[in-house]
Amino acid sequence: MKVDRTKLTWWERLYIPSILNGFKVTMRHFFSWKRSKVYGDKQKSYRAKTTMQYPEEKWDVPTGYRGAPYLLKDVDNNTKCVSCQLCEFVCPPRAIRITPPGGGGVVEREGAEKMPDEFEIDMLRCIYCGYCQEVCPEEAIYLLKDYAITGESREELIYDKEKLLELGGADKRAYDHHAQDGVAEGVKKWETKMREASEQPKFH
Amino acid sequence: MGANQAETPVKTVTVKVDGCTVEVPRTTPNWLGKQEPTTVLQACKHAGIEIPHYCYHPKLPVAGNCRMCLVHVGMPGRPGPDGKSPMNEDGSPKIFPMQLPYEPQTPRGVIGCATDIIPGMEIYASSPETRAMREAVLESLLINHPLDCPICDQAGECKLQEYSVDHGLAESRFAEVKVHKPKAVDLGPRITLDAERCVLCTRCIRFTADVASDDALGIVNRGNYSAIATYPGKAFDNNYTLNTVDICPVGALTSDDFRFQMRVWFLKETKSLCTGCGTGCNTVIGSRENRMYRYEPRQNDAVNSCWMCDAGRLDYKWIGRDDRLAKVRGPKGDTAWPSVLKAISNHLTKAGVGSVAIVASARQSNEELYLLNKLAKHFKAPTDSVPRDGEADQLLVARDRNPNITGARLTGITTKRVGSKLAAIAKGIASGKIKTLIVYGEDVTQHGIGVKLLGKLKTLIVSDILPSATTKNANYLLPGCAHAEKRGTFTNVKGRVQKFSKALEPPGDAIAEWEVLHELVHNVAGLDEFDSIEGLFNQMAFEVKAFKGAGLKWDSLGDKGADVKL
Repeated sequence: MKVDRTKLTWWERLYIPSILNGFKVTMRHFFSWKRSKVYGDKQKSYRAKTTMQYPEEKWDVPTGYRGAPYLLKDVDNNTKCVSCQLCEFVCPPRAIRITPPGGGGVVEREGAEKMPDEFEIDMLRCIYCGYCQEVCPEEAIYLLKDYAITGESREELIYDKEKLLELGGADKRAYDHHAQDGVAEGVKKWETKMREASEQPKFH
Repeated sequence: MGANQAETPVKTVTVKVDGCTVEVPRTTPNWLGKQEPTTVLQACKHAGIEIPHYCYHPKLPVAGNCRMCLVHVGMPGRPGPDGKSPMNEDGSPKIFPMQLPYEPQTPRGVIGCATDIIPGMEIYASSPETRAMREAVLESLLINHPLDCPICDQAGECKLQEYSVDHGLAESRFAEVKVHKPKAVDLGPRITLDAERCVLCTRCIRFTADVASDDALGIVNRGNYSAIATYPGKAFDNNYTLNTVDICPVGALTSDDFRFQMRVWFLKETKSLCTGCGTGCNTVIGSRENRMYRYEPRQNDAVNSCWMCDAGRLDYKWIGRDDRLAKVRGPKGDTAWPSVLKAISNHLTKAGVGSVAIVASARQSNEELYLLNKLAKHFKAPTDSVPRDGEADQLLVARDRNPNITGARLTGITTKRVGSKLAAIAKGIASGKIKTLIVYGEDVTQHGIGVKLLGKLKTLIVSDILPSATTKNANYLLPGCAHAEKRGTFTNVKGRVQKFSKALEPPGDAIAEWEVLHELVHNVAGLDEFDSIEGLFNQMAFEVKAFKGAGLKWDSLGDKGADVKL
């Protein structure tokens, strides 16, 4: 295909008007007193637009952003994951790896039968698709807002259960998603079941 | 039927399933193999349509209590006083869809598993009426179901899940509180019961009472509180308990061994055989990432029906043991296959007639035993195997605990009296006549050839899977494969030759014994070229008399094996 080059007029060939035009934009920003809409909250003290100090300051991403998947705890700080391995199954890049507890597995809370022995997510493999969050029947795994996952070695970026729980459990931003879905904070699915069972006559 | 009409034996019956005319056998074998009138459920199966069912199992007596197989049927009318059946205007027999007696507008279902077919019957297997019945039954079954699929071991192979998707309602209309029953009840040493998940189909009760002859289970309490239980204080403990886990259509009965080990959808299924005894129960190995998780019985009516014993089922842990032999060892320490095979071949080529003895194992495949016997013939070497006897039971367990003792006999490794030549071999070693001993898969120090005698040998060639006193004393140690790591055939005590397939990769250097033996036999005795287990089997089937008599071919064995005359 042949692309026709438009002939520049002498005014355009001067270049100086274009340079001045660009400089006009720079100057407008330089003297702007209008606050930024994106990170205005953080910069109440500043009146002018400035460059964000990136690694120290971070973008406050909007609700629903798909960041790194972490494991959540309930309001009583118990693990929610029951090791059903659906996320492991659905994960397209096979980033998730769960070791089921076997017969003699440890459970942390009353009424629980099964919890993962080990839960690993390879953050280098994760593609942030959110399938794990979608498939989770216990609402235990959520894509939070962390988007810059860095490390010095590959091993360091395979997050284990403790790390995932710590990162997820402490981060109350997780519940933004809940709120969006109309679910109360720190939902405990098994509580109703246990209460019902305790109120019933025992026949066994 | 009129007295003047001669009764002719009817072999097939014509019925209509979903509007298609199908001819089905008049009788079908029941759970004991006796011919009984074909039922609606079986007729639909012949027509290729599955009627959902929980309590019906082809190898158990019919109970008809789950109501899942309800179908709407239409019957030809009964003959009137004139002896003629009601007819349509076009001359075809009139069909009356079944309905409630005093509510003609309501269709009435029959349970497919216990209703015999009659000629001319119409089965509306997927009509809206039938679908409504299934929906209603499923809704009732799910009323008290805990829906704890995320932690249920049955999830993925659960009939309640499958039928709910295929025939159930999307949402429950049950607003009341569910009845909660005991969870994680220790029913016996190998079984855990979750009473909430149970649909009370009583398959487990019928199995243990009628098949395993141990009337251990029953239903206690009434109504919503009904639950499977054993007699108070008694454990559900016979050698066939784990079959109830297989036949449980839901996750009520779970195996302690497999509990919370792996979700079933990850398991790769490989057809294999049980090596626990001479019966050779057909199995399916469930494995993931080179780790074996479970055995399940595979139906073969000529051998094990749908069952296998607990002892055999749990006899797989040795396959993944950490101390598996994984390194080839020569006289100077660890080495590699090419050099060790060359050294052994050179040694055996120089060995004189009568200076070699072979102790093989009846845990090896037919092909391996055949190759060993080929080697033995070259040296006129005495060969034998090791007997392993236990007690037989009424159902499956055979007296002989070797999986392939018949194969060892047929290939000529051993005689009727297994192990009778071991003493002679020991004597030969003591007198110095036997200088080289080849041991495959047995610890001969346990069977009359002690460590001292082994020390008298010039060369001891051992192939095994797990370390033993014999492997410790070996000059050449060749790591072998478990049956789950190679292909081959076993011959069971009744003379059925059956295939097993490879599910796992062997550890380290280990390679299948038949490959090593093929190389050795080729170098020492000379053998026609073949490079596959199929070729080896077909050659063996041509040379071994019993196999030749049965006309065996690898391809003709199929999944269920073939009989040879003993």
